[in-house]
Amino acid sequence: MSVANTAILKLTVNNHPGVMSHVCGLFARRAYNLEGIMVRPVRDNKKLSRMWLLVDEEDRLQQLIRQTEKLVDVISVEQHAMEGSAFEATQDYFV
Amino acid sequence: MTELATRPETSADMTSTDVQVDVVVPQTRELSGAQLLIELLERQGVTRIAGVPGGANLPMYDALSHSLINHVLARHEQGAGFIAQGMARVTGEAQVCFASSGPGATNLLTAVADAHLDSIPLIAITGQVPQAMIGTDAFQEIDTFGLMLPISKHNYLVRSAEELLEVIPAAFELALSGRPGPVSVDIPKDVQNEIIRVTELPAPGRRAPDPVVSADEVQALLNRINAATKPVLMIGGGIVYASATDDLRQFAEQMDIPAVQTFMGLGVLPSDHPLSLGMLGMHGAPYTNLVLEECDLLVGLGVRFDDRATGKVAAFCPNAEFLHVDIDNSEIGKVLQPVQSIVADVGSVLRLANKILEPQQNRQWRQEVDQLKHDHPLVLDGKDELFRPYGAIAAVADIVGESANITTDVGQHQMWVAQAYPFVRPRQWISSGGLGTMGFGLPAAIGMALAAPDHKTICFSGDGSLMMNIQEFATAAEHNLDLKVIVLNNNHLGLVRQQQTLFYDKNLSAVKFEQKTNFPLAAQAMGMKGIDLSDCDDPGQALRQALTEPGPCLINIPIAETEMVFPMVAPGGANKDMITCEATDDHSGESA
Repeated sequence: MSVANTAILKLTVNNHPGVMSHVCGLFARRAYNLEGIMVRPVRDNKKLSRMWLLVDEEDRLQQLIRQTEKLVDVISVEQHAMEGSAFEATQDYFV
Repeated sequence: MTELATRPETSADMTSTDVQVDVVVPQTRELSGAQLLIELLERQGVTRIAGVPGGANLPMYDALSHSLINHVLARHEQGAGFIAQGMARVTGEAQVCFASSGPGATNLLTAVADAHLDSIPLIAITGQVPQAMIGTDAFQEIDTFGLMLPISKHNYLVRSAEELLEVIPAAFELALSGRPGPVSVDIPKDVQNEIIRVTELPAPGRRAPDPVVSADEVQALLNRINAATKPVLMIGGGIVYASATDDLRQFAEQMDIPAVQTFMGLGVLPSDHPLSLGMLGMHGAPYTNLVLEECDLLVGLGVRFDDRATGKVAAFCPNAEFLHVDIDNSEIGKVLQPVQSIVADVGSVLRLANKILEPQQNRQWRQEVDQLKHDHPLVLDGKDELFRPYGAIAAVADIVGESANITTDVGQHQMWVAQAYPFVRPRQWISSGGLGTMGFGLPAAIGMALAAPDHKTICFSGDGSLMMNIQEFATAAEHNLDLKVIVLNNNHLGLVRQQQTLFYDKNLSAVKFEQKTNFPLAAQAMGMKGIDLSDCDDPGQALRQALTEPGPCLINIPIAETEMVFPMVAPGGANKDMITCEATDDHSGESA
């Protein structure tokens, strides 16, 4: 996978209907490039979901993170290496 | 309301006709979702809601009719949204508007988007088709959640009556906390009709505590300001929303720093204050923008560095470093990179700064600024002539005095007012800044007049803007508000005409209204007074009489279509490149 300019974000979000819309809506609204997205409820806490984002926004990454953190249902945003990420583990599903 | 008799805790503040107030043990009551909604709004302190009923919010209106909350029946949902905005902008409190589903909701969108861009605490509550019909393209079904999502601070689709107990207080808390903004709550009709048993009601939603400010950060900020030789403050709507006007005035005076104001910040420093440099940006005074060319430090306080203020960002304050104080973390570094920023309520920062600062004097810099002010003044051409823009504005200001509240629509008249009206206090002036919504002025003035009845409300408008929500004349008349609409009437879309003149080789395209509107007659048709100053033998006296007698009145003032707002920076241009006279052929601008 080409990851030269991409960053991986690991989000903890409320497991509500509409949370995906808020995250995707933000990216559409501000024209951030989203290369990949994976989300599932957190295994041991059904009130939360884990969302993995692969973003191509080297220059605006800090701004993108701040905007994402502002979403009401987003509890935390962390940057994550490709190693150990959901994207690394699932590369074979995207051939 | 029959439930009042058994209401567990709030009956005392609601009505004196309540006879069973001494209920100690919380009782379980059965309420419909709609009744619960209205009770939760009452507990929030809501006393007035603007809206329009329809099929999908019938239960809300049924419950509302049994409440002490007053309803303002707008003639269009967009009018309702802007009436609520007018109430919110003049009070700083969260205000509510109601609309039905489908077209009711889509008509609200503009007012919600406008509130989002100007950070206004607006709660937009819409009816939705029953949940079982969502997704079936039912009559008046629209994806309100999806439509409100990118134009609100947050939005909800409520899935059960029980959820209202959480959503309504949360909506108010969100609208009021941090950087304020609009929240949309979409409630399907079956949720409004659902009966639930309620024992206890949640605490009303309030503004969440502001972040704690560290003295070290503020001291560092002061050190940078002290080290600068040519500092300027840039003050914006954040000062107004933080109720920090006095703190700002004290800070500016103690530190002896001149201040430019954004469009949203007008009124924070009185126009005649010695440190006031007026409004910066696209239609700022020449000296204002020239001071910014010279400054070596710009301190942004509650501002977002909007493009109408900065002009071409790369050329904005070319010799300055930036400091930025704002409560919205995502504004830091969005447009330009500050050398230091503090994410906090700007009022908290200023109060702390005022405690620890050592008063300064910037004699040399102040002299330089005064020289620029003297050499490059704002020219108010025609300020003594009633039938010219600055003259009309000055005449109105002279008659109504400092207590009047001012709204505008959007266009040339708005910029003339922003440049020339002698504002003296925050929340005296409300106008659509970020979205620039033509049609804002009249309904916002109605909201302002309803929420601040002790002040006369003046709406400056243009013949283009006024037509976009002219139906609200009827609402203004119905409530007999002390509201005056001044139309600077050039029978054109004047600001578009101006840009076509300056930047499109005078190729005037679709800017003239071939069919003139008789605005005084239109006002009269809807129950308002209406006069045309050009029909009056003594226009000055007629203006005085119309403005001073109470009640709603439309005052038409014809002006020439060739009037322009000067100076003007071309969209996308640098603020130093101001056009100050009629266009010549070499003016060209990028559209932005």
